[in-house]
Amino acid sequence: MRKLLFQGLAKPPLTEAGPTDGEIAALAAELDHLARSRLGRSLAIREVDAGSCNGCELEINALGNAFYDLERFGLRFVASPRHADVLLVTGPVTHNMREALLRTYDATPNPKWVVAAGTCALGEGVFAESYACQKGGVSAVIAVDLYIPGCPPTPTDLLKGLLALITKNTGPSGQVR
Amino acid sequence: MPTYAAIFVQGQRITMHRPFARIVVDEETWLTVATALAGGQAVLLGLWGDAQAVHMAMLEDGANEPVVTTFMCADGRFPSVGRLHAPAIRPERAIHDLFGLDPMGLPDERPWLDHGRWDIGHPLAASGPSARASEPAAYPFLVAEGDGVHQIPVGPVHAGIIEPGHFRFNAAGETVVRLEERLGYTHKGIESLMAGASLDQAARLAGRTSGDSTVAYAYAFALAVEAALGIEISARAIYLRALMAELERLANHLGDIGAICNDAAFALMLAHCGVLRERVLRVAAKAFGHRLMMDCIIPGGVSVDLAPAGVSDIRHLLATIRGVFPALVELYDETASLQDRTVGTGIVPPSLARQFGAGGYIGRASGRAFDTRRHLAYPPYDTLTFDVPVLNEGDVNARVWIRIREVEQSLSLIDQILDRLPADGLLRTEVGGAGERREGLALVEGFRGDVLVSVRLSGEGSIERCHLRDPSWFQWPLLEAAIKGNIVADFPLCNKSFNCSYSGHDL
Repeated sequence: MRKLLFQGLAKPPLTEAGPTDGEIAALAAELDHLARSRLGRSLAIREVDAGSCNGCELEINALGNAFYDLERFGLRFVASPRHADVLLVTGPVTHNMREALLRTYDATPNPKWVVAAGTCALGEGVFAESYACQKGGVSAVIAVDLYIPGCPPTPTDLLKGLLALITKNTGPSGQVR
Repeated sequence: MPTYAAIFVQGQRITMHRPFARIVVDEETWLTVATALAGGQAVLLGLWGDAQAVHMAMLEDGANEPVVTTFMCADGRFPSVGRLHAPAIRPERAIHDLFGLDPMGLPDERPWLDHGRWDIGHPLAASGPSARASEPAAYPFLVAEGDGVHQIPVGPVHAGIIEPGHFRFNAAGETVVRLEERLGYTHKGIESLMAGASLDQAARLAGRTSGDSTVAYAYAFALAVEAALGIEISARAIYLRALMAELERLANHLGDIGAICNDAAFALMLAHCGVLRERVLRVAAKAFGHRLMMDCIIPGGVSVDLAPAGVSDIRHLLATIRGVFPALVELYDETASLQDRTVGTGIVPPSLARQFGAGGYIGRASGRAFDTRRHLAYPPYDTLTFDVPVLNEGDVNARVWIRIREVEQSLSLIDQILDRLPADGLLRTEVGGAGERREGLALVEGFRGDVLVSVRLSGEGSIERCHLRDPSWFQWPLLEAAIKGNIVADFPLCNKSFNCSYSGHDL
C-alpha cells in the first residue's frame, strides 16, 4: 500500500478542470460564495432514484471519481434528505416510487431545490407511456428547479447543471404540486 | 426417464420457435419438469407468462441446449412450479400480478410487482387490463419471533446513490436473524411497452432494462430476433458486439471491485478502480459514441463502426489497465483489515447457488461454473480462448476474486477480438418481418450473469411479446440467505458483492 501511496504523491493529479464552455467556468468560481450567501454552507445533494434503469446512477456515481471530484466545487452527496439542500431525482417516477419520492421531498428542509436528471425524469424517454409510470415525470409530482437532459447525462453534463443551479435568479420554490 | 426425453415424447413441438425447442406439454409433463428442477436434475432458466399460457425455460444436466416448455392455461390457471422448486416463487408471483394467471398451489400468494398503485390491474391479461385491482395495502412481511428480536426497515430510498428497494431486517442485537426483500419499486412496465413496438423501439427498450447491462440486453435481444428470423450477420458486427460486451464487463467489474472495498471502509481501492472504470468509459465513448454503449447493438448488426483510431485507443487502454491492475490486486490480497471484512462474510453455500441456478460471479464464487459464453456459446465466443474462474468459498472475498479473474480474462478476450476483427464488412443486415409469426430465444452472458430474452414477432416484424429475464431474479433470493447470521453492518458489503439489479428485476 505504501508503494501506491508514494506513487500517488509523485504523479500529477487526474482531476480535470470543471466544464469550460461559456459562463459555466465563471459559475464554478462563484459557487462557493453564492451557496454560502443562500444557505450558509456548501451544497448538499440527496440523490433519489425514482425508477431509473440505473444508467443515470452510474454517471452520478462517476462524479465522485478522481477525474471530476465533485467535492472540490463544494458539492457533496449526503445520506439523508434531512441533510440535503438539493434533491437530484432520476427515473420516470414509477407509481410504486411516487409516495417515497414525496416523503423524501417532505423530509428535505426548506430552502431546497429539485434537479431532475435524465430524459426519463423529464417525462420523456422510452417509459413515458407506461401504465406504471407517472405522466410528465418528476415535475408532475414535485416542483422542479432545473432539468439536466441526457440518456444518461454524462458526468460533465451533470456537473454543468449543478453548477448552473446555484446562479438561478429565483429562489427555491419549495412547493408540492 | 431423463426429463428432456419425457418432454419431447409427450409434448407438441412448436416449429416457429428458434434456435432451441419449445414444446407444449400437458399438466403431467409440466409437473415432471418441476420435479426434475426440484430434484436438481435441471436448472430453471426462466419462467414467464403469456396471454393464455406460461413458459418455462430449463437446462437439463449434461445437455448443451435449453428447452422451453409451455403449459396452456385453459381456465386461467397452471400448476405452480414454486410449490416444488423455490426459485420459481417470485417469477410466479410476478406472472400473477401481470397476467392474472393463477399458479395453483403457490405457497406465497402476496403480490410482488403490483404494489396496488397502478391505475389498472393485471396489465397484460388476455382479456385486457382490469380496473385497479387493489388499493395500496400494508405488505405482510414474514415474522421472526424471540427475545430481543427487533425489526429494522430500510428503503426504498437508500443512503447511497443506488436503486430503490426495501429491506426488512429482523435482528437479535447486531445479528441478522432474517432479511426479507421487497422489490418492484422500479417496475416500469417494460413488457407491456414491448407489445406492439417496432424492432427499433424494442431494441431501445431492451437496452434500458438495466442500464449497467445495456450492451448485454441489446445483444440478447438482437440474437433472439435474429434467431427468430433466421438472419446471419456480418463477421465484423459479430466481433464488435463481443468487444462492447467485454468493455461493459470490464467497466462494471472494475467499478464493483472498488465499491466493495469502499463498503469495507477501504477507500483507496475505490479511488484507483474508479479511475480505471472512467478510462474504460471514456474509451467506449470515443470508440462507439456513448459511454455506456447504449443503442450500439441493434437487430441485424451494430449501429456504429469502430474507427481505426478506436482500435489503438482500446489497445492503449488495455496496456494502462495491465500496468496498474496487478498492484491493486496485490493491495487487495495483502491488506489484512480488508480481508478481515470480506473473508467468511455473506456465504452462499454451493448447494443453494446450484438450486437457484445462480449465474455470474455469485454462482461462480459458489462452485457453479456455468457461463453462457462457454456452455451455450454464441459466436464469436465459440472460437475465443478464455477461462471460467470458479471458487467454492461463496463469501464476499470469493466474489471479489472472481471479478478480479474475470477482469484479466476480459483483457485477454479484447486482445483476441481486436486481433481477429475483420477489416470491413456490412454493419447491419436488413431486418424485416418474415411474413409469418416467428419466435426466438437467446441467452447472453452479461457482467452479472446470463440474460435471457424470449421474443415473438408478428409477420410484419413488430413485437407481439417479449420477455427479458435478468440474472438477478435468481440471485436476489440468495442475498437473503447469505446475510443470515452476519451483522447488520456487513449488509452493505454483502449487498455490494452481489450487486443485483433492481431495474432489471422489476422490469
